[in-house]
Amino acid sequence: MKLLEIAHARSGDKGNISNISLIVYDQSNFQFIKENVTEEKVKDWFKDIVLGEVKRYELPQLGALNFVLYDALDGGVTSSTLLDKHRKSLSSFLLEMDI
Amino acid sequence: MKKIRIGSGAGYGGDRLEPAILLMQEGGLNYIAFECLAERTIALAQKEKQRNPEKGYNHLLEYRMEKVLPLASKHKIKVITNMGAANPIQAMKVTGEIAKKLGVSGLKIAAVCGDDVLHILNENTHLNILENREPLSSISNIMISANAYLGTTGIVEALNNGANIIITGRVADPSLFLAPMIYEFGWEMDDYAKLGKGTLVGHLLECAGQICGGYFADLQQKQVPNLWNIGFPFAEVDEHGEGFISKVKGTGGLINRATCTEQLLYEIHDPAQYITPDCVADFSNVTFELLGPDKVKFDHASGAPPTDFYKVSVGYFNGYYGEGQISYGGNDCVNRAKLAGEIVKARLKDLNCVDFRIDLIGLNSINPFQTVSQDISEVRLRVSAKTDTFAMAQLIGQEVETLYTNGPAGGGGATKQTEEVISVLSVLLPKLGIQHHIEYLNL
Repeated sequence: MKLLEIAHARSGDKGNISNISLIVYDQSNFQFIKENVTEEKVKDWFKDIVLGEVKRYELPQLGALNFVLYDALDGGVTSSTLLDKHRKSLSSFLLEMDI
Repeated sequence: MKKIRIGSGAGYGGDRLEPAILLMQEGGLNYIAFECLAERTIALAQKEKQRNPEKGYNHLLEYRMEKVLPLASKHKIKVITNMGAANPIQAMKVTGEIAKKLGVSGLKIAAVCGDDVLHILNENTHLNILENREPLSSISNIMISANAYLGTTGIVEALNNGANIIITGRVADPSLFLAPMIYEFGWEMDDYAKLGKGTLVGHLLECAGQICGGYFADLQQKQVPNLWNIGFPFAEVDEHGEGFISKVKGTGGLINRATCTEQLLYEIHDPAQYITPDCVADFSNVTFELLGPDKVKFDHASGAPPTDFYKVSVGYFNGYYGEGQISYGGNDCVNRAKLAGEIVKARLKDLNCVDFRIDLIGLNSINPFQTVSQDISEVRLRVSAKTDTFAMAQLIGQEVETLYTNGPAGGGGATKQTEEVISVLSVLLPKLGIQHHIEYLNL
């Protein structure tokens, strides 16, 4: 199963740091993503682009996890030569994760 | 119990105006805030101001104010915006001219200044850059701008002095929305729980359409009705900092728990510690409750005392950016595009550049994975890098364009681009001694 079947996501940027929220459609799936979408798994999923650590915050009352990806934006929006300088599209690629 | 309605008129500098106009006409607003400054925008604006002292404010200021001023006057809506960018005083004067031209009277326009701290940083180059821990002196000879994220204080003072159009430079985005709550409800600046609640409202509203189904919609599980006609949000807040988010009836878009949760976590790191100049807000226990169609109650934000520092965005000259693109289609197009990229790389091998990239748009330009599928009908080569001079940066697009007659078969639609790069880094500056000042214009 892909993550996109049970959750949605949004990415944002600040400096060289990306964050991706991951929110379940159905609250009953929160425990499942909490157990299966760990910091290590997200770091490994994005290993080619996230040079720093991945930190996860939990908001159980909203069925949400917030992943903070350090050193993930090739220097940041104002200096990188990436096409998607904010890496806003990362949310869609996180949802491709097999769980 | 006293309540006010605050609308969001823009989520970024170039945002749509139509939803803001409708919100002013039909939203029953007391305030509307237009958030128009991204990280780098103010550095670019400072450069404009250096070239022309009468520029350096938001490019859409005139376009917006022509429509906004008559509605602000008619519906008694106070307007708060950071469209002043690098030049709030000039933005105030221009806004005054527009008001005169339109015959709008009874306005008191305020320009809140003091965020420009370049002169202070020039004397404090020992401060460390947050991103790389180098001292500021490492970029002091190429620094262009330094703007502190100010809080609500200047805006609240302007409101106390009767201003109804308030134009600022760099102010923390949520502070644009929090300021009217502090003013209207008489919140104390050490009532951190309430400041945290008001900061939540500001954070939910600051990206305008992004809480109304914008940046949310897909065609599967997140269908949003009439996205083309998206409404912008407003919050109705009471003196305890509680209330709901909604939008004008009949507009497109969607507000529900899911759109609110996505926006709550947008560009947030630790939800328990959202640092602003006014407080450190705590969003970790926030709840949303759907009260009706496109109407969501927010609750359980809190806050703690602010830090002793302002975050300052430092803009600096970072060379030149060059880019070229060209498309290939049909049989084996991916391999022809790859060959084209290798040719450009070989021809530019003596060019001294950094962050040189070859992307195949349609295959791997935004995709962070090593995609294997090459079964696509068209692909676009993109070559980009940064260089020391404008002329060197031009060569990159030039060598992509020359693929027409000197590259693989069937290349089409070549484009090229060269621009100066203004990058931004951050430092923390002690708040002590940083003072805002305000100028007024009565009409």
